[in-house]
Amino acid sequence: MSTQELRKERIDRGIKVRSDGLYALMSWREMAYLTLPRFILIAGMLSLPVFMPGVYWQRVISIVCIYAILALSFDFLAHFVGLVSLGGAFFIGTGGYIAGILNSYFGVPPILTVPLAAIIGGVVCTILLFPCLPLKGVYFAIVTLMYPLFMARIIEAFDIFGGTDGITGIDSFSSAFVEQYLIVAMLLIFVFGIRRMVNTDMGLIFTAVMDNDQAVKASGISITKYKSLAVFIASAMGCMAGACLTHIYMWTGISQFALDFSILPIAATVIGGSGTLVGPLLGCLILVPVSELLRDFGTLRIVFYASLLVGFILFKSEGLMVFGQRKYEQFERWKGI
Amino acid sequence: MDILVYGTINSVSLALMGLGFAMVYGISRVPNFAHGALYIICGFVTWTLFQKAGLPYVLSIFLSLCVNGLLGMFMYRFILIRVRGMNISEIICSYAIGLAILEGLRWGGFRGMTNTLPVFMEGSFMLGGVPVDYHRLFLVVIGLLLLAGLWVFTHFTKLGLALQGMAQDEQAALMLGIDSDFMAMLAMGFGAVLAGIAAILILPLGNIVVESGYNVLIMSIAVCIVGGLGSWMGAFFAAFIIGFAQILTVVFIGSHFQMVVALMAIILTLILKPSGLFGRQKELEERV
Repeated sequence: MSTQELRKERIDRGIKVRSDGLYALMSWREMAYLTLPRFILIAGMLSLPVFMPGVYWQRVISIVCIYAILALSFDFLAHFVGLVSLGGAFFIGTGGYIAGILNSYFGVPPILTVPLAAIIGGVVCTILLFPCLPLKGVYFAIVTLMYPLFMARIIEAFDIFGGTDGITGIDSFSSAFVEQYLIVAMLLIFVFGIRRMVNTDMGLIFTAVMDNDQAVKASGISITKYKSLAVFIASAMGCMAGACLTHIYMWTGISQFALDFSILPIAATVIGGSGTLVGPLLGCLILVPVSELLRDFGTLRIVFYASLLVGFILFKSEGLMVFGQRKYEQFERWKGI
Repeated sequence: MDILVYGTINSVSLALMGLGFAMVYGISRVPNFAHGALYIICGFVTWTLFQKAGLPYVLSIFLSLCVNGLLGMFMYRFILIRVRGMNISEIICSYAIGLAILEGLRWGGFRGMTNTLPVFMEGSFMLGGVPVDYHRLFLVVIGLLLLAGLWVFTHFTKLGLALQGMAQDEQAALMLGIDSDFMAMLAMGFGAVLAGIAAILILPLGNIVVESGYNVLIMSIAVCIVGGLGSWMGAFFAAFIIGFAQILTVVFIGSHFQMVVALMAIILTLILKPSGLFGRQKELEERV
C-alpha cells in the first residue's frame, strides 16, 4: 500500500482528556500527568547548578538563565503582544549600565541594584521605545534592532560612563550560592508568572492587540497603554538579566549592547518553540552550552547557530517544545482512507 | 567646497549601498538583512580571483558579480521562498544567513588590514581647490549611470516592467501571467549584483573588513527607511540627505558621530513620518 492511501491521524491521549478539567483531582495518575513536566522543569533547574562540574560550568548555567530570561521576554513580546523586538541587547545593556552606575557611583549593594535596575531600566526602555509603539511588524523590528547600536555609539561618542572601557570594579554577588540561585529562581518565577499572566484578562487584551488592534481600539481600550505595559514587563525582565550579567562579570561596557544578546535569544526561541514560554528556556539550555563547547572554534560557533536557526525556521518551525508537547499529549497512527 | 564634493561622493556611495536593499524590498517584500554579507562576499570573491588566482581585474569583477547574483538567487530559491510573507521569519532567516556568511569569513582568517582591492585609476585631480581621486570620480559617475540605467530598465524593458508590476500589486501581476516567484528570485539576484557593484566601487577606497558588512547593512537600511521602504527614488534622495548630514557632522562635530547620524535618522523617520519621505499612503497603513 503506498503512502498516498494513508493519512496520519492524531488523537489526544485518554489521560490528557481525563485530566483536562477539575476531574483530574480525582486520581493520582492524572495529577502526576499534569504536574510531572512542571516538576521536572523546576527540580531540574534547581538541581542543575549542583551537578555542574566546577565553577566554570556553574557560571555557564547562570549565563543560560540570563539568556533564557531575555528569550522569554522576546517570546512574550513577539507571540503574545505582536511586537517583534530584535533589541534584546538594548534591554541587557540598559539594565547592565544602570546596575553598574548604581553600584560603582552610588555604592548600592548588588541585592538592591538588581531590582532597582529592573524597575528603572524598565521605565527608561519603555520611555525610549514609546514613540515607536505605533509601528508594526518589520518596522518595529528594524527600529528595535537599531536601538542597541545607537546606545553603544552614543556612549562611545560622548565618552560617558567610562566610554569604550566601560565601568570596572563592580561588586560581585555576596556568594556563589546567591549568584546561582537568584538567577535560577528569577527565571522560574518569570516563566510561571508570565504563563499565568497571559491567561488573565490582561493577557487576553495583549493577544487581542496582536490579532486585531483596530478591534481593541473599537472596544474602547487604549492600545498604546497596553503595548507600553507589555514593553515595560519585557524590558524590566531584560534589564534584570542585564544587571545580573553585570554583577557576574563585575564589569559593564558597550559590548553589552552587542548583537549577540539580540540574536541568541531569538535563535533559542525559534529552536525551543515560539509562543510556548518554556521553549526559549529549552533552546537556551541547548544553545548556550553548545556555544561554550565550541568556544575554541572562535566565530565559527556563530556560523553554527545561525545555520541551526535557519534550519529550524525552514524545516521545524514549530520548535522542540511544541513537538514534545504534542508527543506527550497525543498519539499518532497511519490510517487508511 | 570640500563639504560639497565629499558630501556628494559619500551620498552616491550610500545610494549605491541602499539601492540593492530597496530593490529587493520593493519587489519581493523581503527585507534582505543579508545585504551587508553579500556586499562583503563580493569584495572577497573579487580579491580571491584577482590576488590569489591571478585573473585580470575586469574578468574577476565580472565573475564575482555573477557569483553574487547566483548566490542571491539561490538564497531566495532555496531558503527565503519558504518563509516568504512571514515577516519575523524573513528577517530572522536573512539576518542569520548574513551573520553566517560574515562570521564564516571572519573565521576563515579574513580580517585585518591586509586585503585590499586596487583602484581603477591612480592619481587625482583638483575640483574647485579640492583634490579628488579619479576613483572617487568613477564612483560618482558609475553610480549615477547605474541609477539612470535602472530607471530606463524598469520603465522601458519588458522584464523591468514586469518587476515593477509585481512591486505594485503582486496578485494583479500574477493574473497577468507574471511568475511572481521567478520575478522575486530575479529581484534578489539583481539586489545581490547591486550590492556587489557597490562593493567593487567602494571597497578599493579602503580595506575589506568583515565589520563593514554590518555598517553597510545599517546604512542601507537607514537610506531605505528614510526614503520610504521600497521606493528607489526615495532611497536616492535619502542617501543625499544622510550623506551630507554625515559629512557635516564629521566636519563640525566629530567623526565619532557619523554613525549616530544614520541611526538617529532611522529612529526619527520611523517616529515622525513612518512612511518615509517618498512612501505612499498604502504603505503607511501597513506600518502604523
